[in-house]
Amino acid sequence: MSTQAREVPAGAPLLAARGLVKSYGRTEALRGAALDLYAGEILAVSGASGSGKSTLLHCLSGIVRPDAGSVSYGREQLDRLPEERLSELRRTEFGVVFQFGQLIPELPVIDNVALPLLLAGVPRAEAHVRADAWLERFGVRGQRELRPGEMSGGQVQRAALARALVTDPRIVFADEPTGALDSLGGEQVMTALAHTARETHTAVVLITHDAQVAAYADREVRLHDGAVQESPMLPQAVSHDH
Amino acid sequence: MSTRHVLLGLLAGGPSHGYDLKRRYDDRFPQARPLAYAQVYTTLQRLVRDGLADVEGTESDGGPERTLYRSTAEGASELIRWAGEITPPAPFVTNEIFAKVVVSILVDDAVDPAAVLREQRAAHMARMRELTAVKTGPGVDLTTVLSADYALAHLDADLRWMNTTAARLSTLTAEVTAA
Ligand SMILES: Nc1ncnc2c1ncn2[C@@H]1O[C@H](COP(=O)(O)OP(=O)(O)O)[C@@H](O)[C@H]1O
Ligand SMILES: [Mg+2]
Repeated sequence: MSTQAREVPAGAPLLAARGLVKSYGRTEALRGAALDLYAGEILAVSGASGSGKSTLLHCLSGIVRPDAGSVSYGREQLDRLPEERLSELRRTEFGVVFQFGQLIPELPVIDNVALPLLLAGVPRAEAHVRADAWLERFGVRGQRELRPGEMSGGQVQRAALARALVTDPRIVFADEPTGALDSLGGEQVMTALAHTARETHTAVVLITHDAQVAAYADREVRLHDGAVQESPMLPQAVSHDH
Repeated sequence: MSTRHVLLGLLAGGPSHGYDLKRRYDDRFPQARPLAYAQVYTTLQRLVRDGLADVEGTESDGGPERTLYRSTAEGASELIRWAGEITPPAPFVTNEIFAKVVVSILVDDAVDPAAVLREQRAAHMARMRELTAVKTGPGVDLTTVLSADYALAHLDADLRWMNTTAARLSTLTAEVTAA
């Protein structure tokens, strides 16, 4: 369990982004994106390809610093934190899952999953026990000695989820975690992620362009040209019938 | 869905009465509209009229008398013929969402077609979240998962179509208003 449980006033978001701007050369990837993430919720971020979803996730998780705007996490402002504190947060309170490529190809799965704990100073034997528990939970304990290249795409993603969750993070950031999988593999990964997030009260930012994946979330925000599209109120939709 | 063939299929397991058939139908197809009793009885009468089913007798179990139906040999072969027949990949030509988009272009500024699509998208997503919650609920059976998946895949297809339509609204507007 996270020892530094964050003081978040009741009803306040766990993570809040405002006015995020990020450009790459002449490309404006984010143009004033804003969102709130509440403790324990699964929030889907959807949008067309190139709409800025990955850039938003990188800013929210402190991987990339925005050109303008702010990201608040509890009392800290990620956009202003020194690099050492950001990498500590990424090791201890955030877990990240990408579409592919996050596991180290040379290491067996058990060491890949135990790695964040080893980096945090957890003794090897204990790290392996905890990593095994997560592999078990995601149905890939039988593959613990295999290297990522020897497993199916769905097994690799479930191991990547185990690695993201092994430190008991407050937030998991997942960028198209099922993007490289067939629909059944995607289902299994999403079911595992959603069940675990609900049981452990972990918040999830789930980037996806797939509506069937977004449907696992409690709530959805849509990005359009680097900004969050206003979500319409359903009662207004009904008024079209009159 | 061909109710008469599904009822024939349920009768293939042995004689049954209307109430029992309705209950089994609703169990088998949990996401479908529940079958009305009246429809079960008219369908059974037509199956008998067409020689595909017969009245086996009556059963009372202390309660009111119930007519037991059974499948005939003709019914069994009709069932095999139907199950082996390819279902036409028919397009859903009556697309109410498309009709609303076109109408909102026609009425000009009164309704914004982009808003129609956005709001419809939110309603579709809300329904997809409900179906996903159903299929990932505790102790859910595979029949329920598969029927929820079927509905989800169709709503997803609508959403994809809405996305590409939203991206081509200005061309569509030009075409509709020129006609
Ligand atoms: N590292 C980068 N260098 C240059 N351009 C980038 C970089 N990352 C993203 N972009 C550009 O920013 C825009 C948004 O990209 P991205 O956030 O990856 O969108 P999405 O994840 O929604 O597909 C795109 O036009 C993309 O080409
Ligand atoms: Mg991306």
